[in-house]
Amino acid sequence: MSVQFEVNGKNVEVEVEPRLTLADCLRHHLRLTGTHVGCEHGVCGACTVIVDGAAVRSCLMLAVQAEGAEIVTVEGLSNDDDLTPLQKSFRKHHALQCGFCTPGMITTAHVLLSEEPDCDAARVREVLSGNLCRCTGYISIVEAVLDARSAYGHKDDAGDRARERR
Amino acid sequence: MKLPPFDYACPTTLPEAIELLASHDDAKAIAGGQSLVPMLAFRLAQPSLLVDLRKLADLRGIRISDAGVTLGAMVRWRDIEEDERLETAHPLLKAAISHVAHYQIRNRGTVGGSIAHADPAAEMPGIAMTCDAEIAVVGKSGAHVIQAADFFQGALTTALTTDEIIVEVRLPAWPAGRRWGFQEFARRRGDFAMAAAAVFYDQDERGKARNAHVGVIGVGDRPLRLTAVEDLLNGESIDEATIAKADAATSAAVEPQDDIHASAAYRRSLVGTMVERALTSAAAA
Repeated sequence: MSVQFEVNGKNVEVEVEPRLTLADCLRHHLRLTGTHVGCEHGVCGACTVIVDGAAVRSCLMLAVQAEGAEIVTVEGLSNDDDLTPLQKSFRKHHALQCGFCTPGMITTAHVLLSEEPDCDAARVREVLSGNLCRCTGYISIVEAVLDARSAYGHKDDAGDRARERR
Repeated sequence: MKLPPFDYACPTTLPEAIELLASHDDAKAIAGGQSLVPMLAFRLAQPSLLVDLRKLADLRGIRISDAGVTLGAMVRWRDIEEDERLETAHPLLKAAISHVAHYQIRNRGTVGGSIAHADPAAEMPGIAMTCDAEIAVVGKSGAHVIQAADFFQGALTTALTTDEIIVEVRLPAWPAGRRWGFQEFARRRGDFAMAAAAVFYDQDERGKARNAHVGVIGVGDRPLRLTAVEDLLNGESIDEATIAKADAATSAAVEPQDDIHASAAYRRSLVGTMVERALTSAAAA
């Protein structure tokens, strides 16, 4: 079947079998290998992409279901060589070790911070509970996300830092 | 973990969707796909045709009236989470749905999909059972309504025939002042419940409970209503002594199985504690 959608601002048309997941379509047909495939059954969150503004597991969506959608992958967040503030924050806080889960962490956190720039540490943890890091580097990941809030319009509050250290 | 081959159709009307489902022996409807796609990945389901319901806009709305809350089958968890009317129109539903899955799944998973999938540990089937929901379906032979108690027939097994589509789930009206509680235990927030309890009751003029409903999930092959526990609550003050009796009666009323996540004995004890905590929060409201 032929399917058309937008990926990172570009219109694409791909010929796919109906059984092809969006994750495999992005990786194998469009060579966007930033989206990682971990468990392939909706548990690990590594394959999270942004579909029409919402964080979605691309291994649980068929490519044919993306017809007409606007998709953003981890490659689409930064422009050229520069990292986004969220990505810089991940580097600053050493929020990745092996890096396998990182694309899913970044896409998920990007949607969260875009929608809820004032989210607190508990909310970050709740949302990221859908993304597994087998290196178990969660503390630095949560710190990186919290620190990146200012770039998304977070109203800075002196009490934040003390509370988040918990 | 690649999906088995199947054909795919994306109809724009309900009659067209039913026609497509009826045209194949093993066609399957796909809504959000958050349960069905993993089933395909594990090859537990190998349909020859998937009928995508995403263009059936009529199945999307949440309607609230004097008769109760009607959830379109394609309503997503996210929609329930964001609908502020439900805080008063159905607080138990709202509380239960806050436990469904993770962020990304909540953006795609649907009410109808969860009901049709009928996982015995899933929240929506549990709420449908606890609240005497009506499940409206349409198929080749027309439209009809199935009571939740008749709908769930076992693990992943329902009264739905292959050509039928769930169109909406109707929850009876929720009176102001009703006492309720929802408690769930899972190792990780968003995972399936190891056990959970949904309870509500009304009060007569003396403050005694009446119309008690107690539902549990994760401890059987389907969501359960525990009438023995309800009988024990009706006519009583919901105080510490009554709640302790309800805890014990709950554990006695269920027959969970051992599995990889927990032993039967643990689940039996846990579900009693869930009912105890749900009743305690209901009584404290």
